[in-house]
Amino acid sequence: MTDLNVRVEHLTRVEGHGNIVVNSKNGEVIDARFDIVESPRFFEAMLLGRRWPEVHYITSRICGICAVGHTSTSLMGTEMALGIKISEQAHTLRKIIFYGEQLQSHILHAYFLAAPDYVGAPSVIPLASAAPDVVKRALRMKKMANYICEVIAGRHVHPIGMVPGGFSRYPTVKELKALKEYVLGFSADVDETVKLFTTLKAPEYWRETEFVSLRNPKEYAFYEGDIYSSVSKKAIPQIDYLSLIKEECIPTSTSKHCRANRDSYMVGALARFNNNYDLLHPRAKRAAEAIGIKPGCYNTFMVTHAQVVETVHCFEETIAGLDRLIEGDYDPSQQPAQPTRMSGRGVGACEVPRGLLIHDYTYENGLIKNANLIIPTGMNLGNMDADLRALAPKAFGKGPKEAELLMEMLIRSYDPCISCSCHILKVEWV
Amino acid sequence: MAKPKVAFFSFSSCEGCQLMFLNLEDELLDLLGKVDIVRFREAMKEVLSEDYDVAFVEGSITTHADIEEVKHIREHTKILIAFGACATIGGINAIKNFQPLDDVRKYVYGDKWQTYDTVPTMAVNQVVKVDYYIHGCPVSKKEILAVVTALLQGKEPLIPDYPVCVECKMAENVCVYDKGLVCMGPVTRAGCGALCPSYGNKCIGCRGLISDPNTNAQKDLLAEKGLTVDDILKEFRMFDGLSEVSKK
Repeated sequence: MTDLNVRVEHLTRVEGHGNIVVNSKNGEVIDARFDIVESPRFFEAMLLGRRWPEVHYITSRICGICAVGHTSTSLMGTEMALGIKISEQAHTLRKIIFYGEQLQSHILHAYFLAAPDYVGAPSVIPLASAAPDVVKRALRMKKMANYICEVIAGRHVHPIGMVPGGFSRYPTVKELKALKEYVLGFSADVDETVKLFTTLKAPEYWRETEFVSLRNPKEYAFYEGDIYSSVSKKAIPQIDYLSLIKEECIPTSTSKHCRANRDSYMVGALARFNNNYDLLHPRAKRAAEAIGIKPGCYNTFMVTHAQVVETVHCFEETIAGLDRLIEGDYDPSQQPAQPTRMSGRGVGACEVPRGLLIHDYTYENGLIKNANLIIPTGMNLGNMDADLRALAPKAFGKGPKEAELLMEMLIRSYDPCISCSCHILKVEWV
Repeated sequence: MAKPKVAFFSFSSCEGCQLMFLNLEDELLDLLGKVDIVRFREAMKEVLSEDYDVAFVEGSITTHADIEEVKHIREHTKILIAFGACATIGGINAIKNFQPLDDVRKYVYGDKWQTYDTVPTMAVNQVVKVDYYIHGCPVSKKEILAVVTALLQGKEPLIPDYPVCVECKMAENVCVYDKGLVCMGPVTRAGCGALCPSYGNKCIGCRGLISDPNTNAQKDLLAEKGLTVDDILKEFRMFDGLSEVSKK
């Protein structure tokens, strides 16, 4: 059986709306696509004319799961454009809340969205009775991650305290100490999570591709760094992102794709892991070894496993960051830094859970004149199609349900976040 | 009594309100014992029923396809809850309504703009009947639980219709105006516990206007703080662009 006819409408257990289409005849793959069918939301246009102190409230609403990521990237863009220099403690807190979001998102994806496929369950709901300890652990860890964000900025979904120049309210030292104690209590859960993923073996698959992520020689980059490609092996400053990342129309398609040095590239946990493995926390490296993932991994299914490795890293870095604040010269009465000019261009670039995110703003007299947003899932679309095409022959000979599941697992591995709908998304109305 | 069949749907939104439901980490397992979640695309593959007792509808209606789909949901559910600001008041999606829609499409999608269908953003109750509202961007976990508990007990959920200022006073916050910031608290529906002012910020009006807001007094207050008419409209139009006051 080399004829495939896979069509999954409104793929489940992903954020947003997308369809998988894979067709083959006599062993030849005719069509292999992940179509986005989300309603367009027009964020760039909505930003036009908005005032600098409110821009990040709007951009946070691009995505509920990466709300802290969008807020951080947006603030970074505004701060660069208007010459706002944030304090060291604001910088550390921005990083910690970023780790909190990575933890929340990775735990949600690994346990609730990806894992059910590995144990033959349609969702986490039947697992609540079949494996209650595992589900309770996942919920407990998710709560911990949310709590990190809550202490720092009021809540995770659309953080309140993050403002241009710093924070509208800084947590007290007592709150930071209590947070650290609380987070420390989850060390065993982190180990158990790693252990679980040593048993969930990814399907065999290998396709060489280009990995793009931030790279910062000082640390495993989430919050700041230059933009690095595994193909050119060069890092460029974030403001020059357009010299690497190109949107273009594909002759066979009416939609836009993103390219760097090749036809498509991957962003996200696996790209970061491959590009920045050397900078992982030693405990995260041990987790990688236990799980069986090594740098230079071209198995897309292992994005989830890379997320688990990052979970360990973010857990350790959260505690290290809190220690730095508690032991340092921390001043909770600090006020946000103010703009030094009212016009200019700024580019924010962060590694949100699903990969590189770019917000590019031009301000004139404190109002947005131009905005460009590049979203991780948009960047991954070309690579998803290439992976679906390469995976299709693996599904030859399998029954239709099994073939469908394999394709679904592949796309779910990317942890796509489709609501982050921006101009870069390819849309084909189905 | 059979457990009520509950379903979740999302239209134009960030899906953060669905995430707030999943963030009920302490209550989720108990809730699953009280209701049957039969459809929840973001979290489940299985569709256990196509008829529902309660449908949570997140997001604004922004395309022709959305209009048909929300009508279909309405036909198949006994109770429809507008879930979060995008669904209850249009939320930030309505910002685009103040620009010519063709310009919006061209700015974002360039020469491919005609491929992208869009209609002026609507709240869910502009298309179908809504039985209950859970406000906020995002919704609060406390209100999700309050509404679900009331419905399970066969009671009417109580949705506050007084301004955020009431809760802000109860939280003993320094008035945001006294700190030199401008705040939408005096005209915005409470229920959030004045969370944003409590974190040193201002109310940005995400829960929409109370049903009888003194919008003229609010406009005077904002003008007194040196805001221009354009600034004032931007304050109102951040989340509540569909309200009458935003149109003036």
